[in-house]
This record gives sequence, structure tokens and C-alpha cells, in this order.
Amino acid sequence: MATILEKPGFNPDRQYKIVGTSPVKHDGFDKVTGRAKFAADAFLPGMLIGKVLRSPHPHAVLKSIDISKAVALPGVKAVITRDDFPEIKPGSGAGDMTRIAMAREKVYWEGHPVAAVAATSESIAKKALKLIDVQYELLPHVIDPVEAMKPDAPILHDYMRTKGAKGADAEKPTNVVERSVLAIGDVAAGFAEADFIVEHTYDTKPMHQGYIELQSCIANYSDDGQVDLWCCTQAPWVYRDRLTEILKIDSSKIRIQQSELGGGFGGKTTFYLEPLSIVLSRKAKCPVKMTLTRSEVLRATGPVSGTQSTIKMGCKKDGTIVAVDSNLIFQTGPYTGSAFTNAPQAMLTRYELKNVRTVSHEVVSNRPKVSSFRAPCVPQVVFGVEDCVSELARKVGMDEIDFRMKNAIVEGHKTIYGETFNRIGFVETLEAAKNCEHYKSPVPTGQGRGIACGFWFNRGGETTGTMNLAPDGTVNIILGTADVAGSRMSMSMMAAEEFGIPVDRVRSMLADTNSLGYNRVTAGSRTTFSSGMIVIDAARKIIAELCSRAAKIWNVPEEGVIFEDGHCRPASSNVGNFEPLSMKDIAAKTTYTMGAIAGHSEMNVTGAGPGFAVHIVDVEVDKETGLTSVKRYTIVEDAGKAISPLQVEGQYQGAAVQGIGWALNEEYIFGDDGRLQNPGFLDYRMPVASDVPMIDTVIVEVPNPKHPYGLRGVGEVPLTPAMGAIGNAIGNAIGIRPRSLPMTPAKVLALIEGGATSG
Amino acid sequence: MSKKYHVTTSVNGDEYDFLCEPQQSLLDVLRDNLMLTGTKEGCATGDCGACSVMLDGRLVCSCLVIGVEAGGKKIETIEGMAKGDTLHPLQQKFLELNGLQCGICTPGILVAARALLEKNPDPSEMEVRYWLAGNLCRCTGYDKVIRAVMAAATEMRGA
Repeated sequence: MATILEKPGFNPDRQYKIVGTSPVKHDGFDKVTGRAKFAADAFLPGMLIGKVLRSPHPHAVLKSIDISKAVALPGVKAVITRDDFPEIKPGSGAGDMTRIAMAREKVYWEGHPVAAVAATSESIAKKALKLIDVQYELLPHVIDPVEAMKPDAPILHDYMRTKGAKGADAEKPTNVVERSVLAIGDVAAGFAEADFIVEHTYDTKPMHQGYIELQSCIANYSDDGQVDLWCCTQAPWVYRDRLTEILKIDSSKIRIQQSELGGGFGGKTTFYLEPLSIVLSRKAKCPVKMTLTRSEVLRATGPVSGTQSTIKMGCKKDGTIVAVDSNLIFQTGPYTGSAFTNAPQAMLTRYELKNVRTVSHEVVSNRPKVSSFRAPCVPQVVFGVEDCVSELARKVGMDEIDFRMKNAIVEGHKTIYGETFNRIGFVETLEAAKNCEHYKSPVPTGQGRGIACGFWFNRGGETTGTMNLAPDGTVNIILGTADVAGSRMSMSMMAAEEFGIPVDRVRSMLADTNSLGYNRVTAGSRTTFSSGMIVIDAARKIIAELCSRAAKIWNVPEEGVIFEDGHCRPASSNVGNFEPLSMKDIAAKTTYTMGAIAGHSEMNVTGAGPGFAVHIVDVEVDKETGLTSVKRYTIVEDAGKAISPLQVEGQYQGAAVQGIGWALNEEYIFGDDGRLQNPGFLDYRMPVASDVPMIDTVIVEVPNPKHPYGLRGVGEVPLTPAMGAIGNAIGNAIGIRPRSLPMTPAKVLALIEGGATSG
Repeated sequence: MSKKYHVTTSVNGDEYDFLCEPQQSLLDVLRDNLMLTGTKEGCATGDCGACSVMLDGRLVCSCLVIGVEAGGKKIETIEGMAKGDTLHPLQQKFLELNGLQCGICTPGILVAARALLEKNPDPSEMEVRYWLAGNLCRCTGYDKVIRAVMAAATEMRGA
């Protein structure tokens, strides 16, 4: 059957009954009573507890591991090391993954797993870890990505050669994974036209996604080789297929059931404990539960890339940006995977540019491997881009929003990475920002105001879902895309909208990996869009089937039946004078028509609508301490169509506060010994309620023509401009723009006292 | 194996007894021994508030209380917050105003917020923010959390 993708049919005149309201989300009830089951909330009979032994060194050869004493401890049921995992060549995707799960030849960061134990209690497992004797040969380490690029830097992988390097550089062992160039036009010619040119260097530090739920899982490897895995994940199918690669177990034998997800933000797209618990369970012949501690989460799961970027930008007197030349460095941890190529594509997209060159480098180093975080690798660079844009606006003497408006990309124009935009809402977003109460109000005395803009592609991709009509006329939706903040409810709302029935007659649930076809990870702001397409498609298939059944019951042609407000009706009086049939009427008679009614949909969804945001921030800086307080914050962002406005606002607000943390406080601090010095929430300090103001939101709705309701993803965009806007606000408050994240009191005070040197 | 202690305590008005190791926290006991998993672990160092419970009427991080200390005391957890079919006004407002996203911090915040409203039925926004400063939430940016607490306070005052 044809899918909705072939004819998305956005209808600008559609009147919504449910979409655009904010009903209480069904999964919320169990979350306020404590009954919702997160990963660590499950137990199995006969379950053992697993714990991980981790390297205390950031870089060392793993000489030997003696587990004999641990194995002999009463209560210990299995001890595993590298010897329990299939050998896979290093330097490949699977080779890297297996080495992240369990160190093989070397350890690459403080916290790298070297062994794991399953025992009858946590205290016995911990005791056993102390009995494992590991011999290391210490190696010099490197954490800073700029240091890691120097010729005399310690080399992490002898086999590594820089992809994209030319000449002699391409032959030498290196820590630079890849050098990639994105260029259009003629940058030199562009700068020759410029009346004003700015150039600055920025650095940012790794920060953690900071989800409150500790990773936890239970694996049960049965005697016939079936794996049942319960875990918190944004990517059950991705986990399954990667586990197949590194453990050599058939995908069909790995059934992953996702728990409620206690925050992810990109950080739960990669597994850590899951392969260990499966191998422990296979060896111990019991289910094994493993849960990370907060210290382990910070030391051994993926923070974002630290970066250094140099950005040069020029414009003409009339405000036209004529050229941008950038050099970007992304720290990725010991293995590739930062998704750094997002940055050159997204960092400038929102401006109409003819001459751009961006040289990007991904660099390995002795810290935990990077993991995704809302718009991976983009916010760090936008921190610099939006400084340059604002500085040029000031040089030209234009209002900062007008300056951006002058350079704004519009429908039908080609981006620097080659996509030609369909209908987009950047101009409308800028206009809404300019007209919002916050921007129109004067900057309070003693404060600074900053604005910044951001963009994210938004994603689609492979998605599968099923919908079942029950005999009482209610509807179940079975989804594969993890629900990070309320997407199940959005799916129920879209189905209810299609059927014209109350949303309480629809329930959405998350399937295990055996029960549905492949679903890509919940990431990239793709879920409400992609699974939404699946839901609408499946609902329309059910509606077509309902009409067909009604035609059978009435013995009329199918064209003679229409569906509205949950009922099949005769299309006209010519068809016959039949009482409408409700979904329940038809569902109750399926035994006599053609059997149960279900809708299924599987697609590689395309047509995600790009998203744009403008952030407006007022800050106050204490001139004696350098402490920055955010006093007022407004996010203006295009959602295409907000399915549930309260949930969309929540996405904007949450991202803003994550941005405040990244801007002002959060960073990984490593000692000279390469060990993380702040692996706890006391010293890795995320924003608390008293640190932030209310976050005002303006939802702009410029419909995405490729979605029936016009929706765009909203999760990534609102983080992209946050640090840029806060940096600009501090710059305006103290007269010097900070160019190093986080903008701590010490750094800001140094700027105030030092005057000239920035950053 | 280390010696275990027999502890008798009251949780949400019901008498419980359990055997625990001396180093086990009240949080571990609630979750692993009593299977009351509504109380969450986010850090086990008293920095995130996800494990907030009431101990003899005082708001505490249960990760910082030793299990044996609970002997003879009165513990209140999230599981006891709703009365039968009736949600506490805080629970109701968190639902209506979208005061939760992923929901992992929600039980701790609700327990802490109830403790605030028992002490101070008419808190200012600033008082709510400082009272909840011990409860980390990474999803919401706190805006809708604060609004939900204020709205519940208004309703409970009958204002």
C-alpha cells in the first residue's frame, strides 16, 4: 500500500480538535506516583549484581589481568575480561565499540573498563573487584585536543592516519582522525570586498548530558542462547545490531525492552553496561543487573566534544556578510564518533553566504569517548559564530536582529552544504523575536542583553510502527522510537486527531526489538516527526479499512463511504440512508467482516523541516566577583506546528537551562594525572532552580510542507544558540566578550580586571 | 559476608521490617529490600535530591541515611503521596502544567515540594526556587516545575 510519504498533503485550512492542545500525558500518572518503571526499577528472580573494575590510568598498556582470587571468592558467579569477548580488528566501528565496552590492548581513559564481576550481592561484587590484579605499563597521555595535534604528542593508536590529509601528513601516525573541508565560493575574494572583518578564537570544554537516571540494565542469557535485555536507551534497535556485531549473537536472539527513559539528551544512544551484563549472564547462567554510579557516569560515559575554533567573518557597510573562514578542532575521546561534520554544515546555516571555507578536525584524546548531545558539535561553534555576527552588526551600526534579517536564508535558497530549502521560518522567527516584549523592552540598568540564532536540520529516517483497533473501538499504538519527554502522548494525539476521537481512547506503548521492524535512534529531533508520519499513515490505513468494512456491511461501493469524527457515513443520500457506524460498531463486527483491523507503517521518513531559533538573554555581572546571573531569557523558535504546546515549551526551556549550565558552569576538569577531578554533582555543578529565571517562550508556526500537520522537530534547535546568546549578553554587560567556556566568575573577573585580552 | 541487622520501621503508615548490611543506605533499603522503587538514585552523594523522603517529618536525602538508622522511625515516600484515587494537588498540578518530562526527578521534587508547602503554604517564587535547589532536573529548566508548585500552593490555600 502506498504510504503517506508519497503524498504528505499538508492542508493549511485544516481545523484541529486535539493537535495544539496540551492534554495531560498518559505516562505522567505513573511518574507522579512513583510507579513508572525506569531501568533500575526492575528485578528478576535469581538476579546477580554486576560491577565494573575500571582503569585508574588515562593511558596504559594492559599487561596482565589475574582474576583467580576474585573467582574464588564465595558468592562470585562470573568474572569477565577482554578474554571473554570476540577479537575484532581495531580501527573498525565494531573494533572500537568492543574496546570501549572492555579494554583490550590498552586503556585509553581513567574509567575504562578492564574487568567485570557478577556476584550474589553488591558488596561481594565490590569486594571481588579489589581481588583482581591488573598490571599496567603506564604511557604518557594527552587530553587537550590542541595538544593532541602537536607533532610530539603521545599517539593513542599506532594505526591511525588522518583521513583527508595530503602528502607526508597522510603517512604519519597521528591523533587527528579526519581533516574535512567544506568550501563554497572564493573566501579570499569575499574578504577583499569586506569593509569590516572580525576574527577570534574560541574554546569550549567537555560537558556531560547530565541525565539524572543512572544507566542500568538487566541481561538474561538463556540456556538456548536467547538474550533478554532490559535497559534505558534512546536506541534499542541500534543497541541490538551493535551487540550482534561485537558479541557475535544473532540479532533475532537479542530482545531489548526499553524502560522508561530518565533523560538521555543524546547520551543514551551508546551502550556501556549492556555487553558486559550479557557476557556475565552467559557465564554465570543467571540474570545480571548492573547500574552505574554517578561517578562512573561522569568518568566513563560520553561527554560532548571540547573544541577550539577560529572564526573569521567579514561584511560590507550595508551589512551583507561576504565571507567566513573557520578552523575547527573537535575532541572526541579515544575513538571517532563526535559527528563533527554537523558543525561546518549547521554553524552558519541561517545566513545567505556565498564564500565559506571551514576546515574541521576530529582529534582523539585520553578522555571518555564523546557521545551525542542535542545538535552534536554545533552549539560549541555557534558560541563563536554568533559573537562574530553580533560584533559585525555593531561595527556596521545595525540593530542585531536587522543585521541577521539582512543575511537571513529564505525558501528556495541553497545552503552551504547543498540542500535547497523548502518552506522555512527563519525570517518569521526573527520578526517574532523583534516584536516580542522582551526585545522591545529597554535593557535594565546594570545588565547586558545578548541575542543569538541557531539552526538544526531536524531528521527523519527509518521508522516502524503498528496500530491496533480493539473490539471496543479504542486504539493501541505500538512504537519503536524511545520516548524522551512525552512523544508517546504526541503520537496518541495525532492518532486521535486522524480518527476524530477523544485522546483518552488511544494509548501508545513502546515495543521491544522483536515486536517491530527497525527503528532508528531517538535523536536529531526526529521522533515526533518520523513516528508521527508512521502514526498518521497507519491511522489512515485503518480509516480506509473501516470504510471498506462499512461498505461491506451496507453492501455499497467503497467510494460511497466517508469517515469523519470517528464514524463511517454514507458519502451522500444517494448511497443510501444508513445510520453512521462508529469505530466501535465496526470493530465489534470484525469477526463477520474480514478479521481484526490493524494499521502498520514502515518508512524511511524524509522531509524533516529545518528549525531556527532566536534567544534573547539579559544578564547581570557582579563586577567584584565576576559572577553572572541570568535575569531574563526568551526563546523564539519555529515549531512548524506544536502538537502539544506545553511539551514544546518544555523542550525550549530545558535546552535553555542546559545552555546556561554549559555557558557558565559545567566543564570536565582533569588533573595533570589525567584523572577527572569533578566526577560528582557537587563539583560538576549543573544549574539548580535558584540559578535560573523563568524561561519565556514564543512558538512560531511556519508549517513544514512535508508533514500533514506541518510539524518540525524542536529538541535540538533550542540548545544551539544558548551559549552564544549568554556570551553576547556578558560581553554587552562588561564591555568584553568572553570567548572561553564555561564563562566562570574567575574568567569573567579576569576580563573585567585585565581589560584588553579577551577569553 | 558482613553481619546483617534486623530493622523495624514504618513506611507510609505501614510497618515493615528488613535485614540490612551496616553500610546500606536507606535509599538502597527502600529500593532493593522493600522494592519501593519510586524513590530514585541519581547520585548517592546527597547532591541531586532524587531520593528525597521524609524521615520523622524531616526532608532528607535517603542516600545519606544509613538503613539501620530508620529503626523505629516514620518514613514517608512518594508511594504514600496520593490518597487512594485522589492525587495530591502537587501531583495533579505537575500533570496539568507539564511539570515533568522524563519523570526521574519527579518523585523527589514532589516529596520536597510537599515538605515546603507544609512549612510555608504561601511561598514566593524565590522561596520555591531556593527550597528546590537541592533537586536537580535536567529536562524542564525548572520553569514548569516552579509554576506547578505555585499553582498547587494556591489551590491548597483555597485561594
